[in-house]
Parts: sequence; C-alpha cells; structure tokens
Amino acid sequence: MLKIQNLQARIEEAEILKGIDLEMGQGEVHAIMGPNGSGKSTLAKILAGDESYAVTGGGVALEGEDLLAMEPEERARAGLFMGFQYPVEIPGVSNSYFLKAAVNAARQARGEAEIDPVSFLKLARERAQWVQLDESLLNRPVNAGFSGGEKKRNEIFHMAMLEPRLAILDETDSGLDIDALRAVADGVNRMRSPERSFLIITHYQRLLNYIVPDHVHVMVNGRIVRSGGKELAEELERTGYALFDDEEAA
Amino acid sequence: MSSNDETIERFTSRGYEAGFYTDIEQEFAPPGLNEETVRFISAKKGEPEWMLEWRLEAYRGWLEMAMPTWQNVRFPPIDFQAISYYAAPKQGPGSLDEVDPKLLETYERLGIPLHEQKMLAGVEEGGEEGGSGASGVAVDAVFDSVSVTTTFKEELAQHGVIFCSISEALRDYPELVRRYIGTVVPRKDNFFAALNSAVFSDGSFVYIPEGVTCPMELSTYFRINAGHTGQFERTLIIAERGSSVSYLEGCTAPQRDENQLHAAVVELYAHDDAQIKYSTVQNWYPGDENGKGGVYNFVTKRGMCAGKRSKISWTQVETGSAITWKYPSCVLKGDDAIGEFYSVAVTRGYQQADTGTKMIHMGRNTRSHIVSKGIAADRAQQSYRGLVKVLPTAANARNYSQCDSMLIGSECGAHTFPYIDIQNSSAQLEHEATTSKIGDDQIFYCKQRGISEEDAVSMIVNGFCKEVFQKLPMEFAVEAQKLLEVTLEDSVG
Ligand SMILES: Nc1ncnc2c1ncn2[C@@H]1O[C@H](COP(=O)(O)OP(=O)(O)OP(=O)(O)O)[C@@H](O)[C@H]1O
Ligand SMILES: [Mg+2]
Repeated sequence: MLKIQNLQARIEEAEILKGIDLEMGQGEVHAIMGPNGSGKSTLAKILAGDESYAVTGGGVALEGEDLLAMEPEERARAGLFMGFQYPVEIPGVSNSYFLKAAVNAARQARGEAEIDPVSFLKLARERAQWVQLDESLLNRPVNAGFSGGEKKRNEIFHMAMLEPRLAILDETDSGLDIDALRAVADGVNRMRSPERSFLIITHYQRLLNYIVPDHVHVMVNGRIVRSGGKELAEELERTGYALFDDEEAA
Repeated sequence: MSSNDETIERFTSRGYEAGFYTDIEQEFAPPGLNEETVRFISAKKGEPEWMLEWRLEAYRGWLEMAMPTWQNVRFPPIDFQAISYYAAPKQGPGSLDEVDPKLLETYERLGIPLHEQKMLAGVEEGGEEGGSGASGVAVDAVFDSVSVTTTFKEELAQHGVIFCSISEALRDYPELVRRYIGTVVPRKDNFFAALNSAVFSDGSFVYIPEGVTCPMELSTYFRINAGHTGQFERTLIIAERGSSVSYLEGCTAPQRDENQLHAAVVELYAHDDAQIKYSTVQNWYPGDENGKGGVYNFVTKRGMCAGKRSKISWTQVETGSAITWKYPSCVLKGDDAIGEFYSVAVTRGYQQADTGTKMIHMGRNTRSHIVSKGIAADRAQQSYRGLVKVLPTAANARNYSQCDSMLIGSECGAHTFPYIDIQNSSAQLEHEATTSKIGDDQIFYCKQRGISEEDAVSMIVNGFCKEVFQKLPMEFAVEAQKLLEVTLEDSVG
C-alpha cells in the first residue's frame, strides 16, 4: 500500500527527516510515536504534499505510484487523507459546502457524477453521528470558532465522509476529553477495513488501547529508531524516550 | 506556492472575456473640448435650448475647476483635448428590428438579452433572499454615446413606468428632466461631475409613478466600443411617493492599450415611502498584466432620500477598470429615511480602487448601513473611503459600518479611511473593520481534501462576499459570483 524509502527532507537549512523507511500493507494500522520535534508532523505533511518542505532524498510509493510526483489534491483524490494536528479555520465557507466540494472533487476524479444534495445530507448526518459531531457544526464555517475537541472530531468526520484508502491522523487524540477520545476511536474503528490503512501519530498509549495497532514505530530526531508490535507502545509508556536518545547516539 | 507565475500569465490573457471590439461604422466628434463640442452634442441629441444653456454653464464652471488630488490612486495627467466626446453607430437607435444586427450580436456575446422574452431566475444558488421574482428584465443598451434600444417599453408603460434613454426623455418628457436634473448632483459638484454635465451623451431615465411597484427589473448595459473616446453617461431615476424600483447597470469595454475615461453621473430621487435599489456590476477592461490600458471609472453617484421613510440602497460589485474612483452616496433628508451601501470591490494586477460611500443624515431617525468588502491581489491597491455625517437636525440618527479587507498575496495593500462628522449628540454609530489574508495553510488544507486551488480561492472569496451578493437581484448574484471567479483565477501567489 505505502512504501517509504530512505526519505530525507529539510525546511530552509534544517534537516528534519534523515532517512525514513516504512512499509505499510493494506488494511494495516501503524502508529508512530516519538518526542516533540522529532519530525512526525513533517512526515505526515510531506506525504500529504505540503510544499513548504523540500524532499532531498528517497522516495514514496502509494500503491506503486510515485506519490511525491503528485499534487496534493491529486493525492487526496487518489484516497490519501490527513487529519491535521492543527486543523485550519476557513471563515465564510460552511463545513457542509466545503465537504460537498471535497466529495465531488473525488467523485469527479473517479469519473462519477456529483452527489445529489439529498444523498449528501443523509450521508453527512450519518457520518456526523459516528463521531458524535453536533449537527450544527455542519452549517458553521469550517473549524471557525470550533473548540479544540470539535476541530479534532471534525477531522475524523471529514475522513468518514471522504472514505480514504490511507488515512494519516496527526495527533487527533491530543486535547480530547475521555468521551471525545472514545468517539474519535469509535469513528476510526468503524472505518477499519481490509482495504483501508491507517497511520496514526500519537503521544499516548491510551488511544492505542482503543485503536489497536498492528505495528508501532518510534521516531527520534528524524529517524525511525525502532519498530515493533503494540507492546512497544506500552514499553514506551513506562520508559519514555530517553533510552532511544542513547541508541541514536550509538 | 511555486506553480503560480505561469498560471497568472495564463489568466491575464484569457480572463477578460468582454475584451472584443465590434467593427461597425461609427460617427465621431473630432477630438477636443470647447463650447463647440458642447453645442455639437446638444444638437446631435436635438435637445431643447435650456438644456444647451445648462450644459454650457457646466462647461464654464468646469474650466475653472482643477482635478482633485486627495484620492489614493495614481495616474498620469489626462489630456482632455485628446478625447473624442461623441461616438455613435451610424444607424440610429430604434426598435429591435431596426437595430444593426452587429450590435445585437455584440450584446448577445456579452450575454445580455435584448429580445423581449422573460428570463427565468436562477433557482439553484443563493436563493434565500429572492427579492426579485422571475419577472424578467427590461434592458436599455447604451453603446458608446447613444442608447441603441430599450426593451419592454410598452409593457412598462401600461404601469405608467417610463424607462428610456435620457436623450429620449429630454425630447418626450423635458419638464420632468428639467425638474430633477442636477438637483441631487449639482452641475459644479466636482470636477468630473461638471465635465459630465457639459458633455454627457446618453444614459437611462426612469420614472416610477406614485404607488407603483415596478413590475420588472430595469437594467442598463453600458458598452464602450470606440477607441480614443470617453463615455459620459447620465442616469436619472425618480421614484414618486410610495413607489419602488430595482435597477441594475452592467459595464464592459474592449481590451485596448490606451486608458479610456468613463465619467458618469447618476442621480436618484426618492419621495415619501419610495424605495430605489440600485445595483452595479462593473467589469470595464482593467488593463493588461503590465498595467497598460484599462478604463478610468470616475463616477459621481448620489441618491436623495427626499421623502419621509424613503429608502435608497446601493449595491456594487466592482471587478473591472484600471482605476475605480467613486462613492455612491445617500442624502437622508426625509425623517426616518434609510440609506444602504453594499460593496464588493476586487483589484488585482495593477488595478487601483478608491471607493466607498457618503451618508449624510439630515432628517430625524434616519438610518444608514454600510457593508464594504475589499479584495486585493497581486500588486493592487485598494482604499475604502467613507463619510458618515450627522447634521444638527438629524436627531437619533444611526449608522452601522463594516469594512472588511481581504489580501491575496503579499504585494497588495488595503487601506481604510472612515471619516465621521457628528453634529448631533443623539447619534449612534458603530464601526467594525477587519483585514484578513488567504493563507497558504488554508489553501493546503483545501487541497488536502481534494479541492483545487482555484476552487479553494473562489470558495473563500465567495464566502467573504456572501453578505453583499445576497443583496443583488437573484439572477445577477449568480453572474457576479462567476465574474469574481474569473477575475480572481490563479491569483494566489
Ligand atoms: N517552518 C519551519 N521552520 C523551521 N523549522 C521547522 C519548521 N517546521 C518544522 N520545523 C522544525 O522541524 C522539527 C520537526 O517538527 P514536527 O512538527 O515534524 O515535529 P513533531 O514530531 O510533529 O512534534 P510534536 O510532537 O511536537 O507535534 C521541529 O524541530 C520543528 O521546529
Ligand atoms: Mg506534530
């Protein structure tokens, strides 16, 4: 599904990714953990096509296609979704209008007709329910004035509407209360399927109790320093990252 | 974001769809301005003697006036002797079957219906407001210096509504014109108003009798076609007691290297309980990507709310012109009168705009409402300039002003000059202003959801302007939205 090989990237003069290797199969859930500033969001944004980073080496293939050669919107239409660590506010544009444009862009790329307004509304209501997103948020401008938790739920709601093949969720659990965390995890679990893969960036083992990952990777200072099963997350919870700093130095 | 320079190029060549020229035999006045020019125009129009005297008086006034310098727009000195003040298709105006087919074609190409069949209002979008029904639109088509035809005249006449060119009005209803012309915008009001009063060639005249609600939208399409000419149009709308009318003007011009002057005067006069809604969709040629050519749109528009509870509402969508310099204003003379100004102004490339409104409160309990949305992209500069004046007689006057600017890119600028002059302490004024930018992060967020950059920009900009678009008659709201999309195509750099 996704194959990252020796990916290196910098922003301005700073080298941030120093050679990432990661392979994900269809239907798999991978988690990435790692200290602040280690490059997790950078990786997510490069996969989504953020042009403020310069890729200086390596490559990424999504189902055999050269992902880095595609425009961000093409990646999205090809089924790549990223839930933002900091969702962006778009004043004046209603959430549902925005999503309809997004859904139709993907349908158009697949050569399908636009979704009719009634079906769209039905779908939106159903998926909003999945993450217990208050329906009034459908008619408000995208993320504008949403609380932190509402923004995160809204990201998962967008994911549920767009039905991606690969979803990258960047700290979607940060800043959520316990109920919201459950709602978000329920939303993700509901979306899990043999065709759909997830790359989940998180700082907390707790989320991984709800969304049980197939693989866990530890990222430190622009590299993946260790990979393992879900027990790796539990180990991290106990030991922290100090250990890996040593490993990296070695 | 990187891929944009080339796309901006692509835009500038195809963005202005109205930039074609109609090859038609025309009659011109020789370039130059003197008393003879004024006499020539007046004679061409077969005007009464008093009108000629009125023009000459304006001309003499103009000679003593100087071009103002306070505006926040820059342009080289205008050579008023190099302009031709009259250009008209050789074949005179008439009913539809008499109009030169080339002219009909021109208007067809511009998407303006000159055939008298009822347009259906767009139902898909922006339908909440629905101020204007599916009643159809009457059109007065002004080509350079003359009106070539006016549609639905008979049907309107059955309601007592007069809708014709101002030249016709001067022939057929001279007393009406004489009573009102210059009462709202005096001949020597300002430099360009004086010039217009001397040499105005055509424009529209509207008269709505007492108690009549005009049965359809009225509109005028101004087309500049000839080169080295100026267009000096004059519009006069009179709404008698208890009547109401909605009027729209649209403007386009061919793509040319020279700068062309458009100096219009619009006067609105509302009696007791009358309502006039005046909408403008201005898309004059803006000049090329290097700032060469384009129309100077220097216009004086003013409405007189003379009667009690009268209401005048200006809505403008200004996307074209090299320079837009105008302040559609309201004089709120009658008690409880209401003045409104809703504006969207878009400038990009080297376009400049200094626009806004003046609300002069004279009567008691008069209210005014101002919503201005300015959008600047590329290297464009834009200023909102507004005056709210409350005279001692205007007890309990109220004003609400909201001025929002949106910047696209980092080389453009937006400026706000709100002036207030309060001479009655019971006045209540509210002013809000914001400046926002379309951020790269917003564009990236949209793209990540599969939405193209173009769609993202138009979505964000339309959201920004929604409040104003909702004030336009429904069928034009959709037009305006499209126009904005074309105008701002590939503007994120
Ligand atoms: N625009 C930028 N200019 C300079 N440095 C940047 C920029 N963006 C990111 N960085 C740096 O890149 C490094 C990696 O940042 P990134 O956001 O990928 O970290 P992260 O692993 O997601 O951290 P967190 O857990 O705090 O979200 C940080 O040191 C950060 O300061
Ligand atoms: Mg991060």
